[in-house]
Amino acid sequence: MSISTILSRIQFAFTIGYHYLFPQFTMGLALLLVILKILYLVRKDERYNTAVHFWGKIFAVTFVLGVVTGIPMEFQFGTNWALFSSYAGGIIAQTLAMEGAFAFFLESAFLGLFLFGEQTIGQKGHLIATILVWLGTWLSGGFIIASNAWMQHPVGYTLAHGRLSISNWGAVMTNPWILPQYLHTMSGAVVTGAFMMTGLGAFYLLSKRDIDYGRMFVTLGVIVGLIASVFQLYPSGDMEGLQVAAYQPTKLAAMEGLFQTQSGAGIVILGQPDASKGTIDNPIIIPNVLSFLTYRQWTAVVQGLDTFPADQRPDAVEMVYYSYHIMVGLGTLFIAITALALLLLWRGKLFQSRWMLWILMLATPFPYIANTAGWFTAELGRQPWIAFGLLRTVNGSSPLLSTGNIIFTLLGFAGMYLLLGLLYILMVVIEALKGPEKSAKEPMEEEGDMGLLSGQG
Amino acid sequence: MSTLWFILVTFMLTMYVLLDGFDLGAGIIHLIAARTDSERRFILRAIGPVWDGNEVWLIAAGGTLFFAFPLLYASSFSGFYLPLIIVLWLLMGRGVAIELRSRIPLGVWASFWDGIFFIGSSLLAIFYGAALGNVIRGVPLNAQGYFFEALWTNFNPFNSNPGILDWYTILTGVLAFFALLTHGANYIALKTEGKLNERARRISRVGWFITIPLAALASFATFTVQPQVYTSFAERPWGIIFPLIALLGLLGAGFFNFRKRDLPALLSSGTFILGMLACSAFSLYPLVLPAANHVNSLTITNASTSQYGLVVGLIWWSLGMFLAAIYFIITYRRFRGKVTAAASQEY
Repeated sequence: MSISTILSRIQFAFTIGYHYLFPQFTMGLALLLVILKILYLVRKDERYNTAVHFWGKIFAVTFVLGVVTGIPMEFQFGTNWALFSSYAGGIIAQTLAMEGAFAFFLESAFLGLFLFGEQTIGQKGHLIATILVWLGTWLSGGFIIASNAWMQHPVGYTLAHGRLSISNWGAVMTNPWILPQYLHTMSGAVVTGAFMMTGLGAFYLLSKRDIDYGRMFVTLGVIVGLIASVFQLYPSGDMEGLQVAAYQPTKLAAMEGLFQTQSGAGIVILGQPDASKGTIDNPIIIPNVLSFLTYRQWTAVVQGLDTFPADQRPDAVEMVYYSYHIMVGLGTLFIAITALALLLLWRGKLFQSRWMLWILMLATPFPYIANTAGWFTAELGRQPWIAFGLLRTVNGSSPLLSTGNIIFTLLGFAGMYLLLGLLYILMVVIEALKGPEKSAKEPMEEEGDMGLLSGQG
Repeated sequence: MSTLWFILVTFMLTMYVLLDGFDLGAGIIHLIAARTDSERRFILRAIGPVWDGNEVWLIAAGGTLFFAFPLLYASSFSGFYLPLIIVLWLLMGRGVAIELRSRIPLGVWASFWDGIFFIGSSLLAIFYGAALGNVIRGVPLNAQGYFFEALWTNFNPFNSNPGILDWYTILTGVLAFFALLTHGANYIALKTEGKLNERARRISRVGWFITIPLAALASFATFTVQPQVYTSFAERPWGIIFPLIALLGLLGAGFFNFRKRDLPALLSSGTFILGMLACSAFSLYPLVLPAANHVNSLTITNASTSQYGLVVGLIWWSLGMFLAAIYFIITYRRFRGKVTAAASQEY
């Protein structure tokens, strides 16, 4: 693979990995905002609406970061993957363009109403705006998944003059790959949103401030977090696993570190793959489980990487293996944490259990890692194909693009995103330290009491 | 069918330039139009609820271009690699500036973002103009339909190997800068009262005076760099309507500005931009990206996707645009009228 193709891969992975830190939070948070808004309308407790305003502000900052880091994604197919774009654009861009037409216009219009329109559109109207923002973010996710699903499992196309064109729109929109991946991705986003909410609530409780809100956030976050974490394992994770086994056995073998075809294959819990020798160092393996999970038979034969010619295997087997194991390990941890917290909540002991609140607070960043690792599994496992089975990644990049230009833009993105990340954290920390009551009720210009940050005492 | 999609993509790009054009223009003029922190907030609030939606037209147009003309998308985006990525950075900096400026009440903080907002908006206007200039002038496409051009070479007008920025594209860039400046000033005049309104009108007038000779010069230069322009007008003389629309808009922008009628002035500067863009699209058709070596040019035929793809696209596209129109009507109605002092505190 040429250096410029590798650099383009790094740039795409970096920019999309970074971008997805924001939408996964907004997609999860949008659902939580709808729940908070409904709780307000049902229970008539003003604090729920204050919580909507507070998280709405954090949503707005996150949304802006999602928008500005998302714009490059729509363009990088053309800038860095020109041959792939001209080869498959007639299909993959259908769903990308639909995202713009159906989701982005919806989101941008109703986010403005959600943030600034509550007085004029009334509470019912505001609920509708909240629901439409949520719908917009989840539609957007759906179209992106549909585009990615086509790259994972191409359907509904014809090949003519070296370029693909769409021959069955219905088949592209109902690609069997879409549903499992969509469910898994969305529920992963809900885990992120729930853990952020829980984490901040736990911080308030541990700091003995904003107690009412701390309890509200932890309660809602833990309940939603547990439901979403369990849903990640079953059914959505299980559906994803079966689908990968059916359509992409190379990815399955790389994920599991299965170098040799076996009947009654075991599942590797821990261990370091050695791709050159085809072994796992320091393995902890539970026998027969992989066969059962894949084919529902303890002794079924699972194809290892040795079944496939070298040029059809993922080129970074170790990365696929680790990404997958990190995702699954963290996912298991999320279920354990939220289940334990919910048990304590049910027994009425959670808010006094400082150790559990510490765990909940410190767990906040991990869903981001799990979601990112999940995407790395999906995309690195798809290699060496850019469109699975049809076009190799090496044949998809821009033909005349020099390495010097890509390094320039890669460094530029790195610097830009470092700055954006610092700014984002600063903004969220400011809102979080201000707390829901102040943040939601004070207009923005009266932030002078943030003595620490503004220097104005 | 590919002709229809040529028109639809042009329509979406034009919508983008018309709508994002006025908030870019607002960014260009805000340092001179608004002197105090509270005046700057009026300007930000005037565009705040709409800029994000306006920018969606760019994304949507990009996506539509990608699916309707995959080869054009692939060729132009990879060929204009560096300026395109720089445009993305500018869009990022500018978007962040609008949203973060007033979140920390510190003079230095606000001033920094005011500067970013100005620089981002100005350079974007110039880059967009230069981009259009490049598409009109043509690029060194190879037989596969790809090219790669340096950002600039040596600015020598007789150089056979010009960069993306040369005398002609810089001219179109500067024209775009002043046209959007005028357009943005008209919008700010419409949305504000008192001193801010007066200054915006004055800026609009200055911008208008500078736009006139630049537009004349650029139009003349276009005939010298792209022979296809002659062909188009000779074969389809009815196309003369597009330069006339632009001229009408230009005259109207000045006329209504002197009459202090802000809405007609804004509509006129919009008409001018619309006319100029329609004129460019008309002159190029059926080419979508002319090549220095004419046989390699990308046309609506060789760059477009299959007939079936274009037909199914039209179905969902129509529905999508219908919905988008409803959202835009709701948003612009909700935020219509002058920006009030209370509302300006939201930004």
